Amino acid sequence: MTDSLVLLSGFLAAAVRVATPLLLAATGETVTERAGVMNLGLEGIMLGGALAATLGATAAGPWAGLAVAVLVGMLLAALFAAVAIGARADQIIAGTALTLGAVGLTGTIYRQAYGIGGAGLALPTLAPLPIPGLSQIPLLGPALFDQPMPTYLALLALPLVWWVLFRTRTGLALRATGEGAAMARAAGVRTGLVRTVATVVGGGFAGLAGASLVLAQVGTFAERMTAGRGYVAIAIVVLGRWHPLGVAVASLLFGAATALQYVFQSLGLDVPYQLFLMLPYGLTLLALAGAVGRARAPADLGKA
Amino acid sequence: MAARTPLLAILLGLAVLAGGLQLAGYDAAAALTSLWRGAFGSWYAFSSATLVRAVPLIVVGLGIALAFRGGALNIGAEGQFYAGAIAATWVGLHVAGRPAVVAVTAVLVAALLAGAAWVLVPIWLKLRFGVLEVISTLLLNFVAESLVSLVVQGPLQEAQGIYPQSDPIAEVARLPLLPGTRLHAGLALALIGAAALWYVVARTLWGFRLSAVGAGPRAAEISGRIDARRVTAVALLGSGAVAGLAGGIEVSGVSYALFQNLSPGYGFTAIAVALLARLHPLGVVAAGMLFGALEAGAGAMQREAGVPAVTVYVVEAVVIMVVLLADTGARRAVGARVAA
Repeated sequence: MTDSLVLLSGFLAAAVRVATPLLLAATGETVTERAGVMNLGLEGIMLGGALAATLGATAAGPWAGLAVAVLVGMLLAALFAAVAIGARADQIIAGTALTLGAVGLTGTIYRQAYGIGGAGLALPTLAPLPIPGLSQIPLLGPALFDQPMPTYLALLALPLVWWVLFRTRTGLALRATGEGAAMARAAGVRTGLVRTVATVVGGGFAGLAGASLVLAQVGTFAERMTAGRGYVAIAIVVLGRWHPLGVAVASLLFGAATALQYVFQSLGLDVPYQLFLMLPYGLTLLALAGAVGRARAPADLGKA
Repeated sequence: MAARTPLLAILLGLAVLAGGLQLAGYDAAAALTSLWRGAFGSWYAFSSATLVRAVPLIVVGLGIALAFRGGALNIGAEGQFYAGAIAATWVGLHVAGRPAVVAVTAVLVAALLAGAAWVLVPIWLKLRFGVLEVISTLLLNFVAESLVSLVVQGPLQEAQGIYPQSDPIAEVARLPLLPGTRLHAGLALALIGAAALWYVVARTLWGFRLSAVGAGPRAAEISGRIDARRVTAVALLGSGAVAGLAGGIEVSGVSYALFQNLSPGYGFTAIAVALLARLHPLGVVAAGMLFGALEAGAGAMQREAGVPAVTVYVVEAVVIMVVLLADTGARRAVGARVAA
């Protein structure tokens, strides 16, 4: 391979790696929002998942870390659901409070568990699992078929979520709840239950997203390490027009915009790195301006 | 129940904190004592820790209350705060030799304008393309943080070019301090701002329009012949300006310089402040002081009892959740009574 091909291949692999946690969280949030619930606590749930993965992996290996993270994600989402759906409180406020609480709780527990030294070196992580044959495909092979487990889980979840949302009665009930809860109730759908389940499923995905950040990307936990990724995932859901396929494209777009900085760094261009940090957010805004005009949010999104 | 619920919520929040700390093996009594001492233990602690910490929370909280009242969810106050701080620093570095009144005014006006400018993009995206302001204001927070990082390693970096921060702003550009304390005149500005916002919201026609749009833009347009889009846009603009002003006050009254992490998340905590105050301007002052006290006390708790300062975020979360649930319950009870 020539140098530029190596560079491009590395760029694509980095884009997918960066996109994975976003894709996981955004896929889950798509399910949640299709049922009419906007969970701004996603940021806090990802953070909780990240810490749970760290604790679980330290105690019993990376797989246990993944499982514990999903459970904690579901638990935190259930807490949000109890307040925002059960008690019909304002979703934006409840989500903000959950994130605030998660920042405090994870910071405290992390320091309590690991002291000043941090989890760092002792943490077992998930190495890339090359799929024999497929990972040898030039260019796309390393990006799609030589990644750690969470990336595969994210890619497998996409068609599954699409199928459930658009090809099953459950999915129909879920979308009906998001578009018009009153009508859905009249038609016999138990909308409270549907929204709660959709929120808890979304929480599981967000927990997994946090785990993938720790175990497959960064390799350690740090306070506030999600750094807004949960919020970005919510933007990605809007950008992807509440559709799994759109969400996948939007996540990759964001991942690519982030990965671009590695390319420019290796090319040795003399451009302030902060411009590249801004790039994904700027592009997302531009894309939202272009995409949203033709898309429509679920009609009952955010309504109690 | 107006004032009782928040008080109950605080007690519950502190009880959760004490229980959690005891479970985790800390000395809860010692921790709470430190928390109290750090916030109210002395005149210096109250004036120079609690009140200094409360000022940005109150000012940003007022901006958020303004936006939320009009139904505009401005989650981007953190970014607007930084935009204001950048502008204030730039002006503050260039006003040496001017009269203090002129210098301070210039710094604060620059911050106000920068905050308003920062929110123009979300306003335009909302009006032109229908992009949700929740998303656009949020995304611009990250852009603003990178922008701060860029300017403190570029055009605004200190003269020696070593540290990622600006030089201190001119003496004349600094807000006056209360003698013997670190409390600056920004508190007066915050209180005047709260009174002004209360007057606008409660006593003017525009304030009525704002609340009508916040309660239901369609209804406001149809029955009140109100241009809801315009009202929302003005509310967002004012909100951004006020958050920017808070950034200017912080630079001119506390830090005297620009650096990354100037704000420990004021833009987000202030959302909680505004919500806890139920978007009432005078309530924002009380809630801002409460959270200021909690965060000032948290510093002392970490120093003296070894309890991580971030634990107070748990208290804040519990307080919001309790008030939220109590309010929702009360609203439902009223609704049930009306229905019956």
